[in-house]
Amino acid sequence: MAVRALTRGLLGFRYSRAATVASPCGGHHYVTAPSVKPPQPQADDVTEKILNQPLEKPDFFRVAELFSLKDLFDARVHLGHKKGCRHRLMEPYLYGCRLDHDIIDLDQTMEHLQLALNFTAHIAYRGGIILFVSRRRQFGHLVETTAMDCGEYAHTRYWQGGLLTNANIQYGPGVRLPDLIIFLSTLNNVFQQHVGIRDAAKMNIPTVGVVDSNCNPSLVTYPVPGNDDTPAAVELYCRLFKMTINRAKDRRKQMELLHGLSAPTS
Amino acid sequence: MEATNIKTRKLRTMYGGFHPNSSNMRLYAKRKEGAQGLVLLSRQVCVSSALCRKNLAAAGPEKFTLEYIQKQVEEYEIGKRHLANMMGEDPENFTQEDIDKSIAYLFPSGLFEKRARPLMKHPDEIFPKQRAVQWGADGRPFHFLFYTGKQSYYSLMHDLYGKILKIEKHQDRLRAKGLFSQDAQLISLGPSRWLTKEELELLLVETISTHDYDRFIKLMERMLVMPYSSTEEEFVQRYRRQLEAQSMKQMVPPLEKDENGVAFSTAEGRRKTSDSSVILRDCGSGHITINGQDYLQYFPVLQDREQLMFPLQFMGVLGRFNLECTVSGGGRSSQAGALRLAISRALLSFLSEGDGEAMRQAGLLTPDPRVRERKKPGQEGARRKFTWKKR
Repeated sequence: MAVRALTRGLLGFRYSRAATVASPCGGHHYVTAPSVKPPQPQADDVTEKILNQPLEKPDFFRVAELFSLKDLFDARVHLGHKKGCRHRLMEPYLYGCRLDHDIIDLDQTMEHLQLALNFTAHIAYRGGIILFVSRRRQFGHLVETTAMDCGEYAHTRYWQGGLLTNANIQYGPGVRLPDLIIFLSTLNNVFQQHVGIRDAAKMNIPTVGVVDSNCNPSLVTYPVPGNDDTPAAVELYCRLFKMTINRAKDRRKQMELLHGLSAPTS
Repeated sequence: MEATNIKTRKLRTMYGGFHPNSSNMRLYAKRKEGAQGLVLLSRQVCVSSALCRKNLAAAGPEKFTLEYIQKQVEEYEIGKRHLANMMGEDPENFTQEDIDKSIAYLFPSGLFEKRARPLMKHPDEIFPKQRAVQWGADGRPFHFLFYTGKQSYYSLMHDLYGKILKIEKHQDRLRAKGLFSQDAQLISLGPSRWLTKEELELLLVETISTHDYDRFIKLMERMLVMPYSSTEEEFVQRYRRQLEAQSMKQMVPPLEKDENGVAFSTAEGRRKTSDSSVILRDCGSGHITINGQDYLQYFPVLQDREQLMFPLQFMGVLGRFNLECTVSGGGRSSQAGALRLAISRALLSFLSEGDGEAMRQAGLLTPDPRVRERKKPGQEGARRKFTWKKR
């Protein structure tokens, strides 16, 4: 159908999307620290080689091997909400509806999850700051533990208004904002879209988000249609993201050792 | 004096204002005094206080840089040595108490408020604790909850919840083995209280709201109620402060024996501005001496003597004891009251627990807290107002 053709086209665009990831100097934002020193001239070409090498292959970090369709099915990722809760913009991602329960199309989820994990891996490889966001009280502790294990950051608490948009005043001048925000649930506790999605879009920060059948996927850069309510599904997502980030960071260390750089650059 | 205005800079150049030996006064003083006449240097077109006023409230508490505090510490150390030399003491072993004494000697101050007096302390005690910079050279923050805004508080809540989960897992393991028992191993806290909000803020070095504090206490209480929570006792005790055990028991004065083998006890009592001290001897004669005088002479009024006798009459030991009393301050009634309290306290050591409880219930052991209320301005006395005149 037209939907399938669109997704296949998206797959084809994956190369160019990966190419847009290669912004110079590690993808820092205009609001970030001026204290970051530019890399030394003699190591410059080596750093460039390290940064450009992953972009040559479509799945350099082999994230497609981390999960299979059966894993997604066993973790109940395909279960959506009831027909009445369905969001209009999620209709392309739904496989169908059985006894009033929406079923999410796992083929599309596979592709989207692959894109999202690949993007996360590239960001982690280049030393970007990744922020895990979820406002579900059931999984708050799990998300924070996942972030701690990866060496990245988490925010599962009340989102203060100016966290991203008023960062220089809230944290101090010269703060570095996250380079990627991963939403393990895009809704907040009153079933409205999380403020972080809109703020990240305002601050040009790419987002990866698990969108359930009652969520709005429009502002999320890499939506991953899937269940965000079942503990099994959320544990699966946390495990996958943790594995990709660790894999990417280890790969980066390996590359630096391989090319003989003494101190790792960001 | 650096001027940013172009016209000002030109004027200064014309009149040699940038020379190191130049002075402003040459430009502002009169010609006949040897200067260059009145040359208006800074020309501000619009001077309004509204433009110059800074919003001091929005700036928040003053922030001190690390270098500034380090400089203060160095100056303090050097100043300490100077002070020691001035006072003729050994600079190496000059303690904080010596510093306080020297400052009190060199700068005697009669100010009532102790905090307004001159003080010399280590800068760590004067400047409030501040957060160092939260991120490294590459911009990555050190703490994984940095982007929440309240990293210490939320990391504390995270750890606390982790401990609760651990206890629950432990309980599940025991249940699987069949060794679970409901009323086992709750944490014993002793006389202690939770940290107050201010103390918690000091501990975390960040401000928290009352709502956050209440949630923290609720979560702690939840953990305390769970069985098998004694594994986390050390963690919980970090957030509790010990209370001094306030016992409801009356302090009984010890029973001593003098050279003749006579048992006696001493007690003190106070009422209004009188202080009294009584030695109760178990002689059997019933003599009473106050400040060296006989009690009939010291207290001519019957009411005062009745006050004195009441504890002995209540216990039925009127003729048994000898009283040797000293009393000072106040008037006749307050001295009598002070003596009565002292006698009751001294009697406790000769009596049983039940009798002591009876005395307490009679009100003999309660010190009377009433003191003279001060006179207020605009009134004639403490409560009496001036006569109200309708017109």
